[in-house]
Amino acid sequence: MSNPYFQNPTGRPWTRRSALKCGALATAAVLFENRLGFALPETPPPAPQAKAKAIIQIWLAGGPSHLDTFDPKPEAGYDYCGPFNKPIETNVKGIFINELLTELAKQADKYTIIHSMTHGNNSHETAAYMVQTGHDSSDRLVYPSIGAVVSLLKGYDAGYRGLVPPYIVLTEPLGRFSEDGFLGPKYKAFATGGNPTQQPFAVQGIVAQGISSHHQEQRRDLMHNLDLLGNAMKDDSAVAEFKKCEADAYDMILGEGAKIFDLTQEGNAMRQWYGMNTFGQSCLAARRLIERGVRFVTINFNGWDTHKQNFQAMRQKLPELDKGMAALLQDLTTRGLLDSTIVWCTGEFGRTPKIMWDEPWNGGRGHWGSAFSAVVAGGGFRGGQIVGATDARGEQVKERPVYPWDLIGSMYELLGIDPDGTFPPRYGDGTIRITQVATGDIKSGGRLKEIM
Amino acid sequence: MKNIGLFLLFLGTVAPMAPAVEPITPFERQSPPTSSTGQIDTLVFGKLNQLGLQPAYPCSDAVFVRRVYLDVIGTLPTAEEASEFLSNTSPFKRGALIDQLLERDEFADYWGMKWCDLLRVKAEFPVNLWPKASMVYDRWIRDAIRNNKPYSEFARELLTASGSNFRDPPVNFCRSAGSHDPKALAKAVALTFMGEHAQNWPPEKLNNLAEFFSRIAFKGTGEWKEEIVLFNGFDQSNWNGTTATLPDGSKVKIDADKDPRAVFADWLVSSQNSPFAANAVNRVWYWLMGRGIVEEPDDMRPDNPPSNPELLAWLSKELVSSNYDMKHIYRLILNSNAYQLSCIPATNDPRAEANFAFHPLRRMEAEVLIDAIDQITGGKEAYSSITPEPYTFIPDNTRAIDLPDGSINSAFLELFGRPARDTGLLSERNDRPTAAQRLHLLNSDHIHNKIMQSAKLRSVLTSNPAPLQTAIQLYLTILSRYPTKDELEALRDYSQTSEAKGAQVWYDLAWALMNSSEFLYRH
Repeated sequence: MSNPYFQNPTGRPWTRRSALKCGALATAAVLFENRLGFALPETPPPAPQAKAKAIIQIWLAGGPSHLDTFDPKPEAGYDYCGPFNKPIETNVKGIFINELLTELAKQADKYTIIHSMTHGNNSHETAAYMVQTGHDSSDRLVYPSIGAVVSLLKGYDAGYRGLVPPYIVLTEPLGRFSEDGFLGPKYKAFATGGNPTQQPFAVQGIVAQGISSHHQEQRRDLMHNLDLLGNAMKDDSAVAEFKKCEADAYDMILGEGAKIFDLTQEGNAMRQWYGMNTFGQSCLAARRLIERGVRFVTINFNGWDTHKQNFQAMRQKLPELDKGMAALLQDLTTRGLLDSTIVWCTGEFGRTPKIMWDEPWNGGRGHWGSAFSAVVAGGGFRGGQIVGATDARGEQVKERPVYPWDLIGSMYELLGIDPDGTFPPRYGDGTIRITQVATGDIKSGGRLKEIM
Repeated sequence: MKNIGLFLLFLGTVAPMAPAVEPITPFERQSPPTSSTGQIDTLVFGKLNQLGLQPAYPCSDAVFVRRVYLDVIGTLPTAEEASEFLSNTSPFKRGALIDQLLERDEFADYWGMKWCDLLRVKAEFPVNLWPKASMVYDRWIRDAIRNNKPYSEFARELLTASGSNFRDPPVNFCRSAGSHDPKALAKAVALTFMGEHAQNWPPEKLNNLAEFFSRIAFKGTGEWKEEIVLFNGFDQSNWNGTTATLPDGSKVKIDADKDPRAVFADWLVSSQNSPFAANAVNRVWYWLMGRGIVEEPDDMRPDNPPSNPELLAWLSKELVSSNYDMKHIYRLILNSNAYQLSCIPATNDPRAEANFAFHPLRRMEAEVLIDAIDQITGGKEAYSSITPEPYTFIPDNTRAIDLPDGSINSAFLELFGRPARDTGLLSERNDRPTAAQRLHLLNSDHIHNKIMQSAKLRSVLTSNPAPLQTAIQLYLTILSRYPTKDELEALRDYSQTSEAKGAQVWYDLAWALMNSSEFLYRH
């Protein structure tokens, strides 16, 4: 089922009627707003020099084990690393990753591994909220995800002119963790739905199966002929707004929109290279979207919440991650896009370093917010580095802690968004900060200057 | 379907189907209103007259039946219900239908949904009532509405309840402010029962109100996620005075062993200075008429005056003198000619809307819309929520207007602007159209499959002997009216010239009607 990708300007937090006063047409959809000539009055905060134009977020939902991916601890013994005791060295001397990540090992010069991510929270929703928004969850406000912030500050209001919305999720949304928070649904992600391995990739609403374009046009005419109320109230602003939304929708159905998601245009060899699975093809679709100027693409890769039988799950998932992400990094590099595109891969937390061998876990790992890994590449991040370190068993951060707001603030900075700035005044009178400030129990390790 | 060529033969028989009074459109009628003129009409039309504004025509029966079903029970009339009403010749049929609908179960479902929005009935972040508490709170609210509990009692119970969030549902009001801070609760109280934004009050006034809520204690128990809300009368250390100041500035003495919440509740529901009744009737007026007498309805303040002060005062008085009988207010409004105006304005004067010179178009609410689509097609949705634990799975065939928890996941409901229930503001609900919504209705698998796999629509096609009957049945089912001659001709042309053949013509008709503004907008 489809998800929202744009709605109306909300005026100020939580109220939309103030926006009504701008006139009905001013509130048409984000996607098409550029064509309405409607620009929001506030200017974004003064921005640092941008190195990155876009972000691809690879979200390993459920929280992958850091020990089984980018922070292997072969010395810790079988109760910690299980069968994965032979990490491989990457093309950067001294950087080792899990032995199943053979393709990613050839790309390590392009990315930096942060070993010392931490926030200390072991619940999915709170941890994901922190890692997706760059804010602690103790605030009464519901903050927007980083994608929604980018959509606000780098989307249509800031000169984005793309046909597809600036913030896209492949393929299923993560409920409130890919949400708009107090920004309102206008800045929400467009989730494609559908399955990119199938032909066609039935992007919700845009690509329908089994209806020809001609038939689409004919039944549209029928609908218009039968629209008695709409025809009787042509001058009504609500009807005009409705008609405008509809015309824009048909631009997507019958126009260019559908072509962007047609992965067959890439050819079979390219598709195979990325891997013929949902994750691999999502990476390919993400590259196509970035090429067309989309600002933020989230690839939701589910299945990392491995309480039970962690190792069986890893043997299935790691090769998919490996192939898709490595192809993406190489392909972006070849096309000259990596310099302006941040690729960011993490889950909401790590997993318990000590393996739970007992029933009913049978070699599972629980939630672990004290330490986890993130991988960042491109867009101004240097590659071939390691940031921070965990202790011998990967249980605690030993040096250079990186909190979610440190990482997200760094990405904002590279995008030219001032992480210390505030949201435009229509949201809470200009006092709401873009990223979390360290205060009281909320700590910070500082932004990632060492790799920027 | 059967032979579409037959269609032609039947077109000739359409004329006798048309209503006795030929309308300008199927939406309005030129004859004078049938219901008698009450005080609401005197005040609304008096004001229009004074401003020199022409009211719209009265709405047609077809518009009325659809409007009153959607407004009172949040449910589309079935084809049978619509045709029965249309063929009824009693001059009192509108009033009779209003009485009938106010007694339907769906009345409590639909108005319960609106109240649950205001009261933030939601298991998850940031309200964090937790699943079981959300369920019992939801049931309590809907029962109160079903039993027409006097609104003053409803408010008093919410404000003063003590006990377990699982066993004493109204205590959840004190848990739904997102924080245990008395000021957060004071803001929620001001918004819910006074229609005021307390964060914009002078700080002193907010502090004073917060004091009435400063002696509540919250305690966990051995049961997972249970919480006891109680008046902390034993601990008098945090009670720094026996005199508190009410929002109207009057002072009141409160003994240390008396729960200050009860003192505030007394003032709220009985003081001449309390905006309690005015806020309640204004909100009901907004829900039924599409616009508050004070607009926005939950932003009442001296510099946001009502567009018709006499009307607001009269309705408030009616609420108080009826002992806070909310159904009395619904009846007064629904039976008025002001409510029964057509949506087609007779004037383009910009003052017309604020003075209720016509009935404004409003897109169907997300929940009502998906329920309507499912009623037409016989489809259903699966609702669940896996955050927070324990997981919530809603039984099959539960309608969206009856969902007990704002955390239940549904991409459709979110796309169509269901409120997040984070703040209790009416403006959280977003009924504006978007291109994404249009894409979804026009072209998604979700809607496509509901239509194409509908056993209900298929049986309309197979059980009607003639194409005309099929067309009429589809029109009554989807638009609650008969098709016009022009529409039947357009359909005939479509059957002859389009790519669609056989049954596909009818599926396309259903699709077209369900995508019309007439279907999607309450009018």
